Amino acid sequence: MAVLTMRDALNQAMREEMHRDENVFLMGEEVAAYQGAYKVSRGLLQEFGDKRVIDSPITELGFAGLGVGAAMVGLRPIIEFMTFNFSILATDQIINSAAKMLYMSGGQFKVPIVFRGPGGSAYQVSSQHSQAIESWYAHFPGLKVVMPSTPADAKGLLKSAIRDDNPVIFIEQERMYGNKGEVSEDEEFTIPLGVAEVKREGTDATIVARSLMVPLALKAAEELEKQGVSCEVVDPRTIRPLDIDTIIESVRKTNRVVVAEESHPFCGVGAEISAQIMEHAFDYLDAPVRRVSGVDAPTPYAKNLENLAIPDVQRIIAAVREVAYLD
Amino acid sequence: MSSAAGVVAQEVLDEVNGAEVREEHDQRKQEQKDRMEATNRETLLRILYQMVLIRRLEEKAAESYSLGKIGGFCHLYIGQEAVAVGALSALRPDDYVLTSYREHGHAIAKGISPDEVMAELYGKAGGCSSGKGGSMHLFDANVNFLGGHAIVGGQIPLATGVAFASKYRGTDQVTLCFFGEAAVNQGAFHESLNMAQLYKLPCIYICENNQYGMGTSLERAMSLQDVSQKACAYDVASEFVDGMDVLAVREATERAVARARREQLPTLLEIRTYRFMGHSMSDPGNYRTRAEIEKYQERDPIKLFTASLKEKKLLDDQALADLEQRVRGEVDAAVRFAEESPEPAPEELFTHIYANQ
Repeated sequence: MAVLTMRDALNQAMREEMHRDENVFLMGEEVAAYQGAYKVSRGLLQEFGDKRVIDSPITELGFAGLGVGAAMVGLRPIIEFMTFNFSILATDQIINSAAKMLYMSGGQFKVPIVFRGPGGSAYQVSSQHSQAIESWYAHFPGLKVVMPSTPADAKGLLKSAIRDDNPVIFIEQERMYGNKGEVSEDEEFTIPLGVAEVKREGTDATIVARSLMVPLALKAAEELEKQGVSCEVVDPRTIRPLDIDTIIESVRKTNRVVVAEESHPFCGVGAEISAQIMEHAFDYLDAPVRRVSGVDAPTPYAKNLENLAIPDVQRIIAAVREVAYLD
Repeated sequence: MSSAAGVVAQEVLDEVNGAEVREEHDQRKQEQKDRMEATNRETLLRILYQMVLIRRLEEKAAESYSLGKIGGFCHLYIGQEAVAVGALSALRPDDYVLTSYREHGHAIAKGISPDEVMAELYGKAGGCSSGKGGSMHLFDANVNFLGGHAIVGGQIPLATGVAFASKYRGTDQVTLCFFGEAAVNQGAFHESLNMAQLYKLPCIYICENNQYGMGTSLERAMSLQDVSQKACAYDVASEFVDGMDVLAVREATERAVARARREQLPTLLEIRTYRFMGHSMSDPGNYRTRAEIEKYQERDPIKLFTASLKEKKLLDDQALADLEQRVRGEVDAAVRFAEESPEPAPEELFTHIYANQ
């Protein structure tokens, strides 16, 4: 075990997988000479050379599509978006090409590719650089969507994503790159996609949280413990495939659920989780599922407004107290 | 500035559409004769056979479509056969091809069996994409045919990536990427050409300029209509080719293939052609005059090629009749195969969504 930042855990995952399989290469804006806009690819150019660590022009649709084409004939590209905001330009290639290739070719062409980079809210960068768009990608069969919340998860899940034979959307939270945690140094350490983790056990209410919301949910749970409410925090880690079984198991135990997320509420992942809980565990619910989401407005620049736009510990606490009928 | 640019564009347009092309074409006639002599008879007849097969197979597909046996969109290639057949005749079997949704011809020319193509149009399990892709998504991994793609220009970055993979692995395979001229207005085209030259990729971009993007003429959609000239913006080699002359297409492609294989460099070929049918089966084509269509039908690539083969005494009426009969037999067999092939099993709805699912 070593204590690593999320940034370095991701870097280690890529380094190990590039050593393991020469078909793995990294392409994106500023990934090579600049060492990564967020330094996630630091040192990789020096270690693997410019054949495998490739700076791209600012041409998201183009290099995303290039990656998909390379994957169709057996390479395993890691395509870095400087941020997932820019992946919006590449959605045609991600959705129409990567997600559907295997299906519409009758199983002939798989697309083993990872699209990764930071996403979610950032610090005062306004509407176009601060948004959570995982629900877009999670909507489409054929894609897998992963959102780690700890350095260990980041490493283990990214290694699995690179080894996976399907297109994987891997969204790292921009605010979490510096977060530290213990990470296995075993090169065969991986975490399977599609498996949730209970980050804290509890008995009175379940908080389903992903990415940046996990540390906030854990803080809320700590606070609520003092108020006499025992919270279980479930991190799905993979949005698609969703480990609904682990969530349902928790709901059956606590009978009360809050889903915390950074994204807008409308058609969000939280809405999907809420619906599935209703479908699978309606009789176990003692209160309606409550969502704590980013507000239904673009992210503003002004610090005070930005603070209001993104869920915080207090909002999660208030929601848990609401489903527990304490207020 | 804008008027000067307009004058240049008009000159280019005249050059492209007008007498100079004809003149150049005439000049090349002698070269063509030489080419024909240089190409062995077997190859020439195979080229004719493929063009006729594609034509007749599509005529049959149109018939089946009218009978309701083929659904969805069905974009016919009739009139453009010389492009796919000529270009693909310059490839090795292990080279890659990606194309648009008007791809029945490319699929046949790359070696997918007419049976599997027709069965795919019928939405049957025996189709080359197991009935899941349909007319717009023909695939066959066995012959490195990496698909028909149905978002205009979507295949261009993909092909760039396939070529990237060949270079990455150090093979000398080349990738051919076909698209219509309307795709040239998409960002995907420009992004891809830029990267292909930047990374020195063995990709050959073939713009099949049939002069209409659905119902919109080239003139109404493109400010600078000389497509081959656009390659200059990316320092990519380019050539303008008469798409009604199958051997001219073959020869231009051979030059591009040599550049790709030996120097790992891309090429843009603008191949001027014309589709004789509507954009799809549901398009009556009211945006074009009968006279215009007939003008191009005079230069029907199959007619032209047949005439030159006869002129060179490489084909006589009997041989042509035999060829047509062989094609008819193959088309009838393809229809029978498609008719008899089972529908995909209901459980196929949920297979091939994920690999190793």
